[in-house]
Amino acid sequence: MNVVSRFLRFVQGDSQADRVVPPTGYSARLTVFTAGAMAFLAVFAMALSLAADRLADRWSDALARTSTIRISAPLAELEAQTWAVLTVLEQTSGVDSARALTDDEQRALLEPWFGPDLPVADLPIPRLVEVVETAEGYDAEGLRQRLAAEAPGAVLDDHTRWRRPLVEAANGLRLLGWVAIGLILASTAAMITLAAGSALAANQGVIKVLRLVGARDNYIARAFVRRFTLRALSGAMAGTIAGMIAVALLPRAGDEQAFLTGLGFSGLHWLWPLTVPVLAAVTAFWATRIAAFRTLGGLR
Amino acid sequence: MIELEDAAYGYGTEPLLSEIGLRLAPGSFHFLTGPSGAGKTTFLRLCYADLLPTGGSVRLFEQEAKAMSRDDIAKARQRIGVVHQDCQFLDHLPVAENIALPLTVSGRKTGQEAANLEELIGWVGLRARADALPPELSGGERQRAALARAVIMDPDVILADEPTGNVDWEMSLRLLTLLVELNKMGKTVLIATHDLALIRAAKAQVSARVLRIGGGRIHLAGADL
Repeated sequence: MNVVSRFLRFVQGDSQADRVVPPTGYSARLTVFTAGAMAFLAVFAMALSLAADRLADRWSDALARTSTIRISAPLAELEAQTWAVLTVLEQTSGVDSARALTDDEQRALLEPWFGPDLPVADLPIPRLVEVVETAEGYDAEGLRQRLAAEAPGAVLDDHTRWRRPLVEAANGLRLLGWVAIGLILASTAAMITLAAGSALAANQGVIKVLRLVGARDNYIARAFVRRFTLRALSGAMAGTIAGMIAVALLPRAGDEQAFLTGLGFSGLHWLWPLTVPVLAAVTAFWATRIAAFRTLGGLR
Repeated sequence: MIELEDAAYGYGTEPLLSEIGLRLAPGSFHFLTGPSGAGKTTFLRLCYADLLPTGGSVRLFEQEAKAMSRDDIAKARQRIGVVHQDCQFLDHLPVAENIALPLTVSGRKTGQEAANLEELIGWVGLRARADALPPELSGGERQRAALARAVIMDPDVILADEPTGNVDWEMSLRLLTLLVELNKMGKTVLIATHDLALIRAAKAQVSARVLRIGGGRIHLAGADL
């Protein structure tokens, strides 16, 4: 309760106390601009991090429950081996469903490389069977052995080989996003410390008068801290709103779910950027407070 | 209230003041005189802990200045009104707000205090100039505003550094009268000045002790004053 009332008193301020420090145009503009620019970048870093998070989840969840069987056999035997594979899969515990991809689906998969109208039926292209697992999953090694016996041309690919580096890459991107947010906050703190230091140095005469009339360091520091915190808050709010609009205007994800087109917020994730102005204000509060007490400590 | 015992202060290796011993008793009236550069301002700054002695001791309200925290010093300064030679105002605030500054920083600006402020501004004759900014004031008006600011917290001690330095004789006498009035209200007053005529004029109104500063030491002034 005490913390809340102190916070409310801080936000409400004291109109008399606020006036004792003259407004300084340069440091005010610098603080507002820095906070705004940093908040804009933080929103993008947050969008990157959350998009990477979704991607990692999708790759690790969705791909973990699917696998592919590739059947390479002479055209005359291909149909028989496909049936044999589907029969094995029907009898395999842990397989939810399995189906052979149609010629049209295989043609669509190859279209990016060979163009449209590829005569799939006339080419020695392996037949693909998509397997969807149950939550428990199947015994991959047992299935491989049965396939080897029933359909010698069938090879099971459970996606493990290429899924792992993709998930690792997505996790790396997510981490990179949060590191970027940390660096943005640290840079904001550094810039505001410089601006506050400059304002304190420019107002040494004011500080001298305030001390002469009995002002405590806490009172003097508070006058500067409140001003810089509110400037950082207003700048960061503007930067956050601009960043959210920019993210909202990015192209939406297409059917291919490409990463760049999926950069953005979804659902409740839109609430996350609202933490940016709060973080900026808290950073400005502490940066200015530390700078103020250090400067006041150096002045007799 | 304020006691100096064997106090010394120097800006470089040579001491400007040494072996200074003085006690400002409650309700006393002191003049401190001496040539320019003799150390009058330095002495006053020691008296409100703007400087700390390099030797000996300075005690403010029973507290050793060297051992006081900055908050302790701030608290002590609320009991000491200082009138500076160069006045030192916040130039972006009107005169009335500058005079009320000690109340503002101590969080004591209540309705009653606001009424006292009005009365005080009238007492120093600045009612018509209350909304002016300090750079718009004449030398005499600045000195009166500084005096009003020094007394608004009802301090125990008033220290004035050349309060008549930038004003004509008529205004000097007016300021002196205000300081004498404050002394009669029980305030301890110490005025640093090189204006001997002012000291002679004061002697007709108040029983004042005159100290002369020279050669780094303080002496009781002779009968020539």
